[in-house]
Amino acid sequence: MKLNLALAQIATHLGDVESNLEKHFDFIKQAKAQNADLLVFPELSLTGYVLQDIVPTVAHHPHDDDPVFKHLLQASQDLDLVVGFVDEDSRHRFYIASAYLSGGRVLHIHHKVYLPTYGLFDEGRFFAWGDSIQAFDTKFGRVGLLICEDFWHASPPYLLWLDGADILLFSSASPGRGLNDNEKLESARWVERVNKSYASLFTSFVAHSNRVGYEDGLNFWGGSTMFDPRGELVTQAPYQTEHLLVSSLDLGLLRRTRARLPLLRDERTGLAQRELSRIIASREEGWKGHND
Amino acid sequence: MTDLAINTDLARQILTGFIKSEITRAGFTRAVIALSGGLDSALSCALAAQALGAENVLAVRMPYKASSADSLAHAQLLIDQLGVQSETIEITDMVDALIARDPDMSKTRKGNIMARARMIVLYDRSEDFKGLVVGTSNKTEILLGYSTLWGDMASAINPIGDLYKTQARQLARDMNIPAPIIDKPPSADLWAGQTDENELGFTYEQVDQLLYLLIDQRYLPEECVEAGFEKTFVDKVVTRIRCNQFKRMMPIIAKVSNRTIGYDFLYLRDWGT
Repeated sequence: MKLNLALAQIATHLGDVESNLEKHFDFIKQAKAQNADLLVFPELSLTGYVLQDIVPTVAHHPHDDDPVFKHLLQASQDLDLVVGFVDEDSRHRFYIASAYLSGGRVLHIHHKVYLPTYGLFDEGRFFAWGDSIQAFDTKFGRVGLLICEDFWHASPPYLLWLDGADILLFSSASPGRGLNDNEKLESARWVERVNKSYASLFTSFVAHSNRVGYEDGLNFWGGSTMFDPRGELVTQAPYQTEHLLVSSLDLGLLRRTRARLPLLRDERTGLAQRELSRIIASREEGWKGHND
Repeated sequence: MTDLAINTDLARQILTGFIKSEITRAGFTRAVIALSGGLDSALSCALAAQALGAENVLAVRMPYKASSADSLAHAQLLIDQLGVQSETIEITDMVDALIARDPDMSKTRKGNIMARARMIVLYDRSEDFKGLVVGTSNKTEILLGYSTLWGDMASAINPIGDLYKTQARQLARDMNIPAPIIDKPPSADLWAGQTDENELGFTYEQVDQLLYLLIDQRYLPEECVEAGFEKTFVDKVVTRIRCNQFKRMMPIIAKVSNRTIGYDFLYLRDWGT
């Protein structure tokens, strides 16, 4: 089975959902013209990234009667979509979110579970922390969504793998940093290295949709990638410029790779759970001692 | 020695993209730049010309009567090479009118007046030319505070403010800035014979090495000494960085309300664009 996967490496307007939605439809049209089955947009693709006090004014909830999502849900009749947005829950907490839309329905919403609040990042000040990491079924197999800092930590991709995801879809708004004499920024090299590692360790497909453009002095570096279950780079978008990256993924590689390299079969989840329980218990014991 | 070399192709791509994006989304297509004849302004000008097209860049030369003739000539070399628009506006009359009120004033006061007179001229040209002011301060001078507040530091966008002086020099070389501009000793050219390195008391090569460890690599001052820098040098630089923080900030506002600009009224400048 083949999956014609597309990544929309776009630049966004900060806080201007209407013009960003137009951009989404531009890329949806192009992706359809190239027979894409699934199109993945970057983190916060409907809003822009450094939102700060804009957050409450650009939030949407994926639903038929939402003025933004009704159009996107309609478009998902033709091809599956992953879009990035600010989700507001019924109790008015705001999340950095990705939604998987298919056949006019919302299959899954992921709330970012790791909000970087250090260095140039200030997400924890403006957003609520997601509290769940779950894979879900699509017509192409079981999929997992993560957003940027989520995959700077090893546990979210690991949990998705154990939850059955064979296709990991990552989205980012990654600010470029670390210019030295290398032809790539340090931030780009780091992300590419870990994406390749996840594909290798989990013998899974790993696609990363990263945005481009600027917000004040920040540049977003793009360079979106797809890695196959052998850890090989399938294709990569150029750096720093808008691009629609489309590639046909041979899903049969999952079977062939795992037949020779049964890392998933041999993964000792019970052992991991026992050791985690012990580690957590001993830490709690340590804290108790500390408090005494 | 730490290698501060940068990939100049990548630097150029990011910085020209920055200029283009940040000027156009603010509703402009053009830039104005104070061209001193030195390396930093030459580099900013070359980046702006590449980003916006030479015809959309206005280079403004603003000599004072004591400015070196070389400065004007070197600026002209670059104007000719890039094909940017240019103007020369002498600041002598406006500067001397103020100095005449107190002829014995210090060199520092005179230098500040010149830097701020240039800022006034530049912002006037900005309004008339409908171009945003592109800054020319590098990371070394911003950290050391070797500049005049609201003078040469004033700009709408600064493409080179995260490049150390030695990196700016490398990029300038890569962009074929005329050799006399790259090779001469850096100078604010506020009085005859002034050079940055004499005034600062160390070379850019030396201080960039130290700043890179302190700022980019987060070394403690004592770790810099362990790494081979003189303690007096480290102390001097650390003090300069701290004492000049005020030059790197907008004026601080006394908070009395529930929502205060700068503290809990937080938006990027690109808000809505």
